[in-house]
Amino acid sequence: MSNSMVESRHPWKAWIYLSPALVLLLVFTVWPIINTVRMAFLENYSGLKAVGGTTFKFGIGNFSKVLQYKKFIQCMKNTVLICFITVPVSTMLALLISVALNSIKKLQKFLQTVFFLPYVTNSIAIGMVFAAMFNIVGSFYGTENELIVTAGIVNNVIEFFGGKAVNWINYGSTYAANITVMVIYIVWNALPFKILILLGGLQSVNKQYYDAAKVDGTSRRRIFTRITVPLLSPMIVYVVITGFIGGFKEYTSIVGIFGESMGPADDAGRLNTMVGFIYDSLASNNQGRASAAALILFGLILIVTLAQLYVSKKRVHY
Amino acid sequence: MAERIEIMHEKNMQKETSRQLVLATVVKVFVYIFLVIMGIIVLFPFYWMLNSSLKTLSEYRLSVPTFFPRAVMFSNYAEAFQAASLGRLFINTMIVGLISTVLSLVITILSAFAFARLEFKGKNILFAGLLATMMIPGELFTITNYTTVTNFGWINTYTVLIVPFLVSVFYIYLLRQNFLQIPDELYLAAKVDGTSDFKYLCKIMIPLSLPTLISITILKMMGAWNSYIWPRLVANDANHRMVTNGLRNAFRDTTGDVNYPVQMAAVALVSAPLFLVFIFLRKYIMRGVSRSGIKG
Repeated sequence: MSNSMVESRHPWKAWIYLSPALVLLLVFTVWPIINTVRMAFLENYSGLKAVGGTTFKFGIGNFSKVLQYKKFIQCMKNTVLICFITVPVSTMLALLISVALNSIKKLQKFLQTVFFLPYVTNSIAIGMVFAAMFNIVGSFYGTENELIVTAGIVNNVIEFFGGKAVNWINYGSTYAANITVMVIYIVWNALPFKILILLGGLQSVNKQYYDAAKVDGTSRRRIFTRITVPLLSPMIVYVVITGFIGGFKEYTSIVGIFGESMGPADDAGRLNTMVGFIYDSLASNNQGRASAAALILFGLILIVTLAQLYVSKKRVHY
Repeated sequence: MAERIEIMHEKNMQKETSRQLVLATVVKVFVYIFLVIMGIIVLFPFYWMLNSSLKTLSEYRLSVPTFFPRAVMFSNYAEAFQAASLGRLFINTMIVGLISTVLSLVITILSAFAFARLEFKGKNILFAGLLATMMIPGELFTITNYTTVTNFGWINTYTVLIVPFLVSVFYIYLLRQNFLQIPDELYLAAKVDGTSDFKYLCKIMIPLSLPTLISITILKMMGAWNSYIWPRLVANDANHRMVTNGLRNAFRDTTGDVNYPVQMAAVALVSAPLFLVFIFLRKYIMRGVSRSGIKG
């Protein structure tokens, strides 16, 4: 390149431009990576004790302890369960909505805007709205003195269609009911991004494929499975991977609905996630345990990402 | 005879096309019904938030819900503003959002320029290394950063909310891609004219990349508005508390007998700026988001 000739006289110049970013990255990104790995392999490391002069043995004790810890297993179970339900559900729904949006002309722009709206929301704030929609106002659920003032709009709708009101998130609610509420909220939250990407992909697909299929008299279902999905596969892989990464880091949407207790009133912490576990460990000054959990989280994300890239290499058409 | 066959054939064709037309119309109707129903589901929480926020508490607690408030209670909003001291929270969040956006833009522009325009040893390795850090979940950094900022004595300051997140590898990447699209000829012509690199960056590259810079600004401001975990950890005092954290703090109870109308009014007030941004700047948000895969 000719401009490299111009620049090579002052190679130090680039480093001046880069210096603010590099200094901050060294302190807040590079050092944390080194230090977190270090703390993860120092058994029972605690910042407070370290200041007091305690030394810690090197070993994998933090990892084995974390993996035996019941609370952590529960957190991992919640995280994985939420991930494996919400990602397929939201991807399928987003795919259906995108294909539908792509096939219409009238109202397309308007509906596109409507479907993107949940993206620009605050997960805590809108979580509080969802909590209000599922909440039963009253007391003594499931006892003889049960008193329901108002069952909440979701239960009102269920009752309108002849169903029975469900205790979704209140005292005495079941784990299945809690997870259902979380799945609904997280899918609602995940749709806009997925629709944006998939619709963008659909709009860039060459129209010729569809015209050829029309001439051949191919059925709609066949067009969908044989043309749309294969051509869209890179975007589908992309939204699934980012969906899993986001899902593994789920935390604030649960705080939005259940508050910082991370569970219904009678069972705090029931819905805690891996990220929640890391922050709890940090708050109780167990940096060793928090670091080990963070590395496990990173490992899981890495495995899922690599697995999906491997599958997509074999299956993605393009 | 041949003519007759042709006419019959044409009739059959017409029948066939009209059948296809009916089928296509039926499908189209179903598509619209599906989209409208999904749209209503997506919008419902917003409607319910507004509807609830304008009711009296006794109306909210009716066993059969009303779909439009009987008496419109704008006073809920005043009460919510007071109860959550939203004024202070808004100011804190604006201070943090504005300062961090401006500083972050400066750092991002300088780095992206170096990566896109300047030549130096190890450029590609350094850039690849930066991109690799995007894979790592933020929690891994937070554990150590919490200790670091404590040692710096930054707890409960604005600094702690701004400085650790000033550099975003993703924004550098985004802007670098944009800078690379600007033709070399412009740069060389400027060099011949004796324009300095810095002047070229300010006069040519920044104006040409304005849409990307606007996207970054919006995403950064939204990030400040929605950040929750880090502020709660390091700056949870009344003087520095940010809006999301303050909202959660002011209304701790989500279940049970809560004063929902006031709570929903607070939620609506916190959501309002985001909606305004959405209405006026949707194009830029969508442009930035479609390349990121991250929220805020």
